[in-house]
Amino acid sequence: MTLMQSFSELMHQRKQRETVKRSLPVETEVTKLDIRNLNFFYGDKQALFDVSMTVAERSVTAFIGPSGCGKSTFLRTLNRMNDIIEGTNHNGQVLLEGQDIYARDVDVVALRKRVGMVFQKSTPFPKSIFENVAYGPRVAGQNNYKALVEIVEQSLKRAALWDEAKDRMNDSALALSGGQQQRLCIARALATNPDILLMDEPASALDPASTARIEDLIFELKQNYTIVIVTHNMQQAARISDRTAFFFQGYLIEVDATQRLFTTPTKKQTEDYITGRFG
Amino acid sequence: MSVAQVTSPSLIKSPSSLARRFSWTRAREQVIRGVLFLCGALTLLTTAGIIIVLFTEAIYSFGGTAFFQSVSITDFLFDTVWAPQHPDHPRFGILPLLCGTFVIAGLGGIIGLPIGLASAIYLSEYAKPKMRRIVKPLLEILAGIPTVVYGYFALVFVTPYLLRPIFQTWLGFNVDIFNALSAGIVVGVMIIPTVCSLSEDALRAVPRGLREAGYALGSTKFDVSLKVVVPAGLSGILASFLLAMARAIGETMAVTIAAGQQPRLTLNPFRGMETMTAYIVNISLGDTEAGSMEYKSLYAVALSLFVITLSMNVLAQWVLKRFREVYE
Amino acid sequence: MSATGKLHEPALAKRHRIGQLFQWLCCGSTWFGIVVLVLLLASVTWKATTWPTADADAVDRAAAMKTNATSGEAVTSARPLSTRFLTSYDSRVPQKAGIRAALWGSLWLLVFVGLTTVPIGVGAAVYLEEYSNEGRWKRIIQVNLSNLAGVPSIVYGILGLTVFVRMFGLFGHDGKVLDLNLGFTVLAVPLPFERSVISGALTLSLLVLPTVIVAAQEALRAVPSSIRTASYALGATQWQTIRHQVLPSAMPGIMTGVILSLSRAMGETAPLIMIGALTYLARCPGRIDSLSAAWEHPAGLLEAPFDVFTSLPIQIFNWVSRAQPEYDHLAAAGIIVLLVVLMCMNTAAILIRNRFQRRTQW
Repeated sequence: MTLMQSFSELMHQRKQRETVKRSLPVETEVTKLDIRNLNFFYGDKQALFDVSMTVAERSVTAFIGPSGCGKSTFLRTLNRMNDIIEGTNHNGQVLLEGQDIYARDVDVVALRKRVGMVFQKSTPFPKSIFENVAYGPRVAGQNNYKALVEIVEQSLKRAALWDEAKDRMNDSALALSGGQQQRLCIARALATNPDILLMDEPASALDPASTARIEDLIFELKQNYTIVIVTHNMQQAARISDRTAFFFQGYLIEVDATQRLFTTPTKKQTEDYITGRFG
Repeated sequence: MSVAQVTSPSLIKSPSSLARRFSWTRAREQVIRGVLFLCGALTLLTTAGIIIVLFTEAIYSFGGTAFFQSVSITDFLFDTVWAPQHPDHPRFGILPLLCGTFVIAGLGGIIGLPIGLASAIYLSEYAKPKMRRIVKPLLEILAGIPTVVYGYFALVFVTPYLLRPIFQTWLGFNVDIFNALSAGIVVGVMIIPTVCSLSEDALRAVPRGLREAGYALGSTKFDVSLKVVVPAGLSGILASFLLAMARAIGETMAVTIAAGQQPRLTLNPFRGMETMTAYIVNISLGDTEAGSMEYKSLYAVALSLFVITLSMNVLAQWVLKRFREVYE
Repeated sequence: MSATGKLHEPALAKRHRIGQLFQWLCCGSTWFGIVVLVLLLASVTWKATTWPTADADAVDRAAAMKTNATSGEAVTSARPLSTRFLTSYDSRVPQKAGIRAALWGSLWLLVFVGLTTVPIGVGAAVYLEEYSNEGRWKRIIQVNLSNLAGVPSIVYGILGLTVFVRMFGLFGHDGKVLDLNLGFTVLAVPLPFERSVISGALTLSLLVLPTVIVAAQEALRAVPSSIRTASYALGATQWQTIRHQVLPSAMPGIMTGVILSLSRAMGETAPLIMIGALTYLARCPGRIDSLSAAWEHPAGLLEAPFDVFTSLPIQIFNWVSRAQPEYDHLAAAGIIVLLVVLMCMNTAAILIRNRFQRRTQW
């Protein structure tokens, strides 16, 4: 344990030095999410160790790392999805535009409306395409059908699914192909009008063509949304993200502009991972 | 621990607060949660209701006289005569009722438990999937037949067409119209599905590796079934036996119809007997005045029945819990 | 035993023979129950389609026929099970007796048991599966549920007798009537409930509630958690998630469990006897004996829940306990009707299960 702690401390000191050395790539960047010293536990098992990083507005941030490294857990702390799991615990802060989302008086439901999420496995509800997309606005209290139609059309267009879906709005969402289902889930998340979109390996279950479409879509969405994406695919992270964070065994090893992280990593583990020496 | 200080975020658009405000949605969530909780609590209330009703009428009544406030527990447990209707000297010895209950449940067990277990072994070890698909729904039908139908079957078919020809005409016993054996037979049939489905679950939960290990040692299927699988699933089988026997003891209509209404302390299965459940039914059929000793004796009998079946159920659950600890 | 490595040994052959015998024994046991089922159905059908033929009975029957012929009343039927049987009331003359009152009584019970167990049972299951934490509280309720499922039905009858029929004697010897003003009419609720449909239905509800809850819990557990997570991620509250996603997905499973429990309630006799439902009764609850009667006297619909009643298994038990052999045959006819009703309910449950199993695939 003491070894672990000293290791963690070491990591910290090194990182602090890093942040002094390397300034952020663009000066005008606005911080959307600010995570400070986050520790996270499943029961007795610690899954995240003292993670601190920021996420800039209207950018794509990718989390990479071997499986079980805590990147998905970290993603799920950002909209408190882990609250559903019993026996989880955390300390540290996650600031969304300066507000701690774990503060006592925070309404989780309000938080999740602003921080949307798309999962690894597409999870369409067993309902029509229209009902799937309209679900978020509906539960938020939007019952005006005309407004809902408007929202559904906008969301499907943004998720690049409109052309394929416009003639089959009342078909079951389960009839769509895998890639279409995933875009439907993205449309569904967009319909609640979030600022931030969390994506947990959104393309890992898809074929290359569908993956390419999702990647294009993410690139488009960056204009309006802050996107955080977990991926096990380093090429994908390199293609679509502005910044990349590398996680290993619950520690945030390194976070930097994607270009730099992939070309001149400062940490041994990062280098080993991106050169394929493990993971 | 060092704390990483990150420059405080500059905010351009004014943040919409995440703080909770009063909303009807949230109030509704709380109300719904409360209502659903009450639904769950109702089941606890049912148990409490049963216990309170039996307790206040049988053991200690506030204001009135409960059964055991006028009849001593020793008389109740050890007197050998049950004659609550006797005008001058009513006697409340539960032994004849217990005897009837256990003779019939015992006969049912002798028939139902081995047959149920053998069916479970067959379905889990021998039967092909197609066979299972045919047999299981049929056993479910058997389980779904109301007990009054079983009683009818015992009275109008088992006794006159099965027991009397064999035991009376052929072997020379005197078989009453109402007799314990016919009731025992149908109770046995009734518990077959319970034993079969619960035991089968227990047998199927036995890991495949154990069977394979058995075969690898040169065992026949018979050896594996009886000497490996059954012992491994023994606690589940035991639990199913206990549950089935609890059901046989609590069984009412079939025994009321088939075994008659004579409280009799005998082990002769060809005589009529009265079980605890049948006595309760008979009291409620007659014009017993509420508040009389005879009426109160109903609660004393029901309490005994409740205690017996409950302890068997608790024992079965305890056995099952042990079993789960072994395999998961 | 031979050391030469022969693959055939006499001892082994014997073991195989024992094994074969054991297999036949197990197979025979499995079919034993089914043979009994067939015997039962056959004997009941036989009884239901014939009248007794003994001489003395024939004389009685002829006499009965004669009185009918002279009075010009309802025609007697050639066999116990007939359409007349379905539409007539119980009678002192076996050939004229039927199960109309029992059918309507069972229908009323079914409706009220359904109305109480479905919301309460599903509500309790939702609380246990979706709201309560894995803690002592949940464990207590869960253990209590399995204990309740093992309580003999007659004990529930005693509970119903004390709580619903007599209401602990709180309302004195003659009872009271509570007039509920519903706006358009006044609903007279007798307190205590006495031997009414509502007493019977509430008693049966308590009896089947544990099974309904357990079935609903299983159905809820089968809903994949990804659906819940996805719904929460869209900003839905817990109840919205349950109401819009979880319950619709679990509904087929819940309905199957509910129908099976209701069919169990339909066949229950002992608790209803306990609350005093066993009486000679030649009328239906609320005097509603047909759909048109309900249309013409809608007030009867409000009276029915508090009216006396009989039900199919009660009527069967009533006939079984009468001395004349004709009533045995009437009981058989009643059993056939009861089994057909139960079979229909079970088939409906299975159809629902199969239909939705195919449709929803995750």
